[in-house]
Amino acid sequence: MKRRQFLQAVMATAAVSLVPSLPLGAAPGRETFSEGSKALKAGRWAMVIDTRKMNDPRLQKKVIEACHSRHNVPDIEGPQEIKWIWTDSYDHTFPEQLNNYPAQTLTDRRFLLLCNHCENPPCVRVCPTQATFKRDDGIVVMDYHRCIGCRFCMAGCPYGARSFNFSDPQEYVKTPNPKFPMRMRGVVEKCTFCSEQLAKGELPYCVQASEGGILFGDLNDPASDVRKALLSAISIRRKPSLGTQPGVYYIL
Amino acid sequence: MIDKLLKGAPRFYAWLGLLAFIIMIGAGAYLYQLLCGLSVTGLSRNVSWGMYIAQFTYLVGVAASAVMLVLPTYFHGFKPFRKMLILGEFMAIAAVIMCMLFITVDLGQPQRVLNVILHPTPHSVMFWDMLVLSGYLLLNLLVGWVGLECEQQGVEPPKWIKKLVYLSVIWAFSIHTVTAFLYAGIPGRHYWLTAIMAARFLASAFCSGPAILLLLALLLKRLTRFDPGKEAIRVLSIIIAYAMAINIFFYLLEVFTAFYSQIPGHMHPLAFLFSGHDGHGNWINGWMWLAAFLGLFSLVLLVTPSLRNNEKILPYALVMLVIATWIDKGLALLYAGFNPTMFDTYTNYVPSLTELAISLGVYAVGALIVSCLWKIALDVKKEAGTF
Repeated sequence: MKRRQFLQAVMATAAVSLVPSLPLGAAPGRETFSEGSKALKAGRWAMVIDTRKMNDPRLQKKVIEACHSRHNVPDIEGPQEIKWIWTDSYDHTFPEQLNNYPAQTLTDRRFLLLCNHCENPPCVRVCPTQATFKRDDGIVVMDYHRCIGCRFCMAGCPYGARSFNFSDPQEYVKTPNPKFPMRMRGVVEKCTFCSEQLAKGELPYCVQASEGGILFGDLNDPASDVRKALLSAISIRRKPSLGTQPGVYYIL
Repeated sequence: MIDKLLKGAPRFYAWLGLLAFIIMIGAGAYLYQLLCGLSVTGLSRNVSWGMYIAQFTYLVGVAASAVMLVLPTYFHGFKPFRKMLILGEFMAIAAVIMCMLFITVDLGQPQRVLNVILHPTPHSVMFWDMLVLSGYLLLNLLVGWVGLECEQQGVEPPKWIKKLVYLSVIWAFSIHTVTAFLYAGIPGRHYWLTAIMAARFLASAFCSGPAILLLLALLLKRLTRFDPGKEAIRVLSIIIAYAMAINIFFYLLEVFTAFYSQIPGHMHPLAFLFSGHDGHGNWINGWMWLAAFLGLFSLVLLVTPSLRNNEKILPYALVMLVIATWIDKGLALLYAGFNPTMFDTYTNYVPSLTELAISLGVYAVGALIVSCLWKIALDVKKEAGTF
């Protein structure tokens, strides 16, 4: 057998033995995924937090609990904590709103913080593997299986919305929700605007738990609740000067 | 040429043994980190990069510095550097490998690192950094090794090598520029968001890298009687002096913009580095003042010809310079990028013992590579009569 024939034979055998071993659908193409007929769709999902209503600590706790328990967010104390939605003071939420004498209603309030699902997200720009990406409807999501844990996105996010799994999260989730994937050690995670809920035709957990304090809708639709709410009240966004175009609005 | 490693003095092997021991400690620490995750580091949600990425950044500069020998030699026909060119190229190899190791030990999922190649992402600076760093490694391996082989055979290097050398000069500038872009393009981190970052990186690289190289070359002179030549030492220390002057100048430009404009976001990171925040000092403050003092003092020594040309004083000036630039880039750059945090608060970061052990281990790997490559180079030079 000549060298060339030998090589051809080897290649052919390899090809034949490889092809059937690939499970069908191992790498689904774009077309193979279809949303349910009930799925909620939008041109640009956005959130409006009415901080007048959402100032109640009980309600805030309920909202955070609703999100964290459903998404298996580990409860870790200290600087290596993981959080998708949390509260902070006016100064820390809007550090650019420098005012030596702000209204007491503002300084007394606690504000809900979460991923802003920016229209122009720096985290997506810096991610070297496209593990974090923006969907057509404006939601910034993550592929936890592709993330290499370089934490460039954490350096890039101007809102501190991202958390890193410094240790194995499983030990810190008391009652896991089997319907939502648990993350693993060494990857970054954050709020997903409940994309899994939207696919089922339901609103995000925090919105459901907010007793009307958080609105969610399509920013491109002038008749949507969010657009109507923004028209009728004074609202601000976090660090708008950076040009990221956050998708979370705060009614003051 | 690798066979040169098999014949060496006992103290050479003792040195390698010591390095291997340190590497083992680092490897043990890394194993511990692999098992427990990055929770064993001092990193946190707010300070999410630290020791590892800072060392990576510093070493990219060291890698780029070989160009300070190559450029005068090839672009200006300056002959005295020819003799130690190979030392610079081989040090660059070690530096790039250390860079890669520091990136790897920083990853949360190191086994997925090839995702950067499997899913190439041109809009991420890290993708480009990976490209330029591996390219630079390849260039220096080729240029260094082939050049040395030709020296051994007593023939002129092939023409294509010369083209690669020219390419490597431009490439060296690119590696540190791209590394600066990792930081300089991030919105919201004031200490990093500055157009002068890449220029500052290059200036700091072109003083600290050659300073390390010159220090090691002076050490070689004592250990092996390899003499880089008076003229080479003289000119390289002038280059270091100029680069350090530019480096300090650029830093002061940052200070001016921040404190004359009085924009809080620009002032706060610098103020944090030198005096802490809200009346609380931070461990970095002492280091920063030390860096400022050593940096300025080394510059005074280096710009004074009589002191610079004094081979008794020069090493001290170089050591001070290396410490000052290391504090600036290997400690402060990252820390002040994350402080104040995105919530205008401050989060303390102190590297853990594990982090330090792993970092030391990586540095030992670099020292091992430099030792072996330089041993080969010097033995070849001895045989070829170019020692």
